Amino acid sequence: MTEPPQQHYLELSENPVQFEHASSVNNVFFDEANKQVFAVRSGGATGVVVKGPDDKSSVAFRMDDKGEVKCIKFSIGNKILAVQRTSKSVVFPDKRSLKLLKNQSINVNWYQYCPETAVILLSTTVQGNILQPFAFRNGTMSKMSKFEIELPVIPKPAKLSLSERDIAMATIYGQLYVMYLKHHSRTANSPSAEVVLYHLPREGACKKSHVLKLNTTGKFALNIVDNLVVVHHQSSQTSLIFDINLKEPDCAVNTHQPVLPARSIHPYRMPLAGPAVVPSQPPVPCQLYSSSWSVFQPDIIISASEGYLWYLQVKLHPTVNLLQDKGKLMDFLLRRRDCKMVILSVCSQILEGGVKGSLPVVATVFDKLNQVYKEYLEAEQSYTVAMESGPSRGSAAQKRPVRTQAVIDQSDMYTHVLSSFTERKEVSHKFVIAVLMEYIRSLNQHQITVQHYLYELVIKTLVQHNLFYMLHQFLQYHVLSDSKPLACLLLSLESTYPPAHQLSLDMLKRLSTANDEIVEVLLSKQQVLGALRFIRSVGGHDNVSARKFLDAARQTGDQMLFYTVFRSFQQRNQRLRGSPAFNPGENKPRIWFIFQMKPTIGGLKI
Amino acid sequence: MCSATSYKMASAMQEKQYTPSLLSFFIYNPTFGPREGEEEKKILFYHPSDIEKNEKIRNVGLCEAIVQFTRTFCPTKPAKSLHTQKNRQFFFEPEDNFWIVMVVRNPMIEKPNKDGKPPTIEYQEEEILDTVYGAVVRQCYSMYKLFNGTFGRAMEAGGVELLTQKLEKFFYRYLQTLHLQSCDLLDVFGGISFFPLDKMTYLKIQSFVNRVEESLSLIKYTAFLYNDQLIWSGLEQDDMRILYKYLTTSLFPRHSEPELAGRDSPLRPEVAGNLLHYGRFLTGPTNLKDPEAKFRFPKIFVTAEDGYEELHLIVYKAMSAAACFMISASVELTRDFCEQLDGLVGPQLTLLASDICEQFTINRRISGPEKEPQFKFIYFNHMNLAEKSTIHMRKTASVCLTSVHPDLMKILGDINCDFARVDEDEEIIVKAMTDYWVVGKKSDQRELYVILNQKNANLIEVNEEVKRLCATQFNNIFFLD
Repeated sequence: MTEPPQQHYLELSENPVQFEHASSVNNVFFDEANKQVFAVRSGGATGVVVKGPDDKSSVAFRMDDKGEVKCIKFSIGNKILAVQRTSKSVVFPDKRSLKLLKNQSINVNWYQYCPETAVILLSTTVQGNILQPFAFRNGTMSKMSKFEIELPVIPKPAKLSLSERDIAMATIYGQLYVMYLKHHSRTANSPSAEVVLYHLPREGACKKSHVLKLNTTGKFALNIVDNLVVVHHQSSQTSLIFDINLKEPDCAVNTHQPVLPARSIHPYRMPLAGPAVVPSQPPVPCQLYSSSWSVFQPDIIISASEGYLWYLQVKLHPTVNLLQDKGKLMDFLLRRRDCKMVILSVCSQILEGGVKGSLPVVATVFDKLNQVYKEYLEAEQSYTVAMESGPSRGSAAQKRPVRTQAVIDQSDMYTHVLSSFTERKEVSHKFVIAVLMEYIRSLNQHQITVQHYLYELVIKTLVQHNLFYMLHQFLQYHVLSDSKPLACLLLSLESTYPPAHQLSLDMLKRLSTANDEIVEVLLSKQQVLGALRFIRSVGGHDNVSARKFLDAARQTGDQMLFYTVFRSFQQRNQRLRGSPAFNPGENKPRIWFIFQMKPTIGGLKI
Repeated sequence: MCSATSYKMASAMQEKQYTPSLLSFFIYNPTFGPREGEEEKKILFYHPSDIEKNEKIRNVGLCEAIVQFTRTFCPTKPAKSLHTQKNRQFFFEPEDNFWIVMVVRNPMIEKPNKDGKPPTIEYQEEEILDTVYGAVVRQCYSMYKLFNGTFGRAMEAGGVELLTQKLEKFFYRYLQTLHLQSCDLLDVFGGISFFPLDKMTYLKIQSFVNRVEESLSLIKYTAFLYNDQLIWSGLEQDDMRILYKYLTTSLFPRHSEPELAGRDSPLRPEVAGNLLHYGRFLTGPTNLKDPEAKFRFPKIFVTAEDGYEELHLIVYKAMSAAACFMISASVELTRDFCEQLDGLVGPQLTLLASDICEQFTINRRISGPEKEPQFKFIYFNHMNLAEKSTIHMRKTASVCLTSVHPDLMKILGDINCDFARVDEDEEIIVKAMTDYWVVGKKSDQRELYVILNQKNANLIEVNEEVKRLCATQFNNIFFLD
């Protein structure tokens, strides 16, 4: 079956760690703590090559062949090497003394260690299904409460029934889980395999918390990538992904179906390495899901036979077309690490579709984005408040909230989605306005202050289509919030839509910080008396410059008006300074001399 | 009215008051019968119809003459009204050469005389206002045009014959609904009352309208009303103005609220399955389930880029929320479509209606009863046609009740005439005979009329009082003191 290439949502990392493949003379070991691969040739006599996740951590050395190496590891920072050759002894080539810190006596079948959380898990009892975790912290070891893994069948007589291979530990969404691969059993009523997740909190008891339905049987392996549980199925050569935070309405609580249909990992081609490589030789396709693969937590896949270590990665773009429910798709994407551009492209995609009935989908998507955006803004705000109130109170210094890629703010939406969307000619303006209003509604619903450029976009679209009455109604209900820039924008519309003048003045009035602007607007309309009455009503008469009023009055050519304004300022001067004269410093109008020269004529007329 | 009481009152007061009433209403076009002997052809509609032909011709001729005569003084503005002792005539030329004339009998007082002499009749020539009844005539035409398109359209489609048919059909009923005695300043404004609403609820309504228009793409325009007040209009302002008038004075009052009806009332909405909603069609089918139901809706004409467009008017209501959906008349509406609309809009509109109601109650509680206006005022904004009146009671199909004396309403009308004469902002304060103070303010495009019942107040106190009113009621608009 050939699939379109964009459907593979999992891939192997492009720059794998390469090492000499396992052979009769070369043993390969992997240390999960340091993520180092050890290639031990002839028991170390002909060399040990250690390769880590980056080039710096690569080391090569020799050691004496003192027998078959069972396990080999470095301490953190490559300071001490430990080699295990027999089941009961570990050798540290560098001679140091060891001290026994604590001692616990338990019969153990096997153990698992999670380096990330420093928790060791011991399999105890005959059946092996009672797990005893210990946590290491600051040089101490503390016993955590033990728990039981529910086996599908209780064997009689009792025998070891829980295999080390079916248990893995990993951190998902910051919490430690023990994952149990529960194979199907013919006797028990379980038609297909499941992964059962046990939540292992730092304090308190471990609880069974999630069940992932695999809907098939066979050999499986688990990885954790970007907080997703990836289940590889060997016989079908496909993988499934599960998101334990994705709520499934049609499932019982905490039972999960795969987020996406099963797909194989993206085909991988190995460039032929080594000195024998011929430059023109094409890369060889790698056999995926090979039986020689070993899978390590959280996201490591090693092919010892080919000498490769890959990190498993999730590609988000292909998921977009695999998840039809856009709301669910958003829930999924918003929890991923590199989600921003994918989310924005999904938004664009929904908008360009122009599919009937897409507005409710648009609304859902906006609401989901703004929920995350709002949570971030709130966290940011409470952090700022905490910082301002001083770090002294509350010793635990609050951490500055991390802005993840899932925080899609108005500027992101504007730049990547809305501005280009509103310019598309083939989209009806009705839909454009509906979408913009939907976004503004969603922001308002989440109590997020809408940025001016969004209003500008709305107004621009309305004006382009002569929908002034619509604009008027939006302003009437204060959907476009008051601001000076918006008021100025309205003023500029006055020539095409005269009522914009009133709308603008109303807005300036409500702002209550724009009295100067109101005066300017009125004066520019030659409403000199109106301007004067206004400045008086807000108590700004005493400090206002007489000049611009008198200039405006003169421009009307109405002598009576000029006289009235002039007298008004004289009276003000009289009241303030005991004299009608204008201050020498005050920007005195040039023309008042002209006026004083003909008081008799003017005066008589009045 | 109880006859015994009226007799008693009449005998006590000795006189009888008559309100203004409609004497005649006719429409003519002088170009249709220019030659002598063909005068009857000019007349397109005449009410009352039982008037003798020659009298009709005489009356039309007189109007024609007056208009022609006054044209010699001002060719662009011929006479608009003619005042006589007994009546007043209003002339309006809505389309070229088409004239509408309304003759209103002046209010009068009948004083009985002794010794069996016929009573003396005193006409109150100055009691009625040109602006008010001039507006009424214009409204008559606008209403005709809303449902029929222009006169010119009927002429094009079927000549004089069709036009006279249409006029007959429309005005025969419409004139019965004219209540000239209760016409006042609000008719001059022809305003729209807007429902006060918070931003979030308003956005929800926007969202609703957009979604419905998107999923039922036949819908071209939508208007949304609550409590007979407008919240959203997809139509242009002038079209909305007349549609609003129709909805609030004719359609809505004819439909009582079924939600308020008793449990066993046939008006009670049906509960279909588990989906309870209160949606119903006010135009079109009364019952969707009726197999005989007709899916015919009234058609209206609105302005479009190229003249006018004809639309089906679907009015759908759930509780106090009403949505008008307008669809191109060229589309035939089917049962399927109506069911789809009912299924989609019914539940959403019901929910929205209760949301609005809840929000409205909350806002009211916040603002408190003390903020309720204790003033009697009328506010009108020419820009958005917003009107607000605490003088008028609920409008009904028949009458528009006011809570103040007609004399005061007349003063308001007079002030309004004064305002119309000049462009400047103005303020007029009048002390009425009945100890009331009447204040009129005009600021830019806004007008405010306040009636104060403060017998002993002086001018300054009245002025302060009005300032206070502006500060509380109109603090969010630019309204100069």
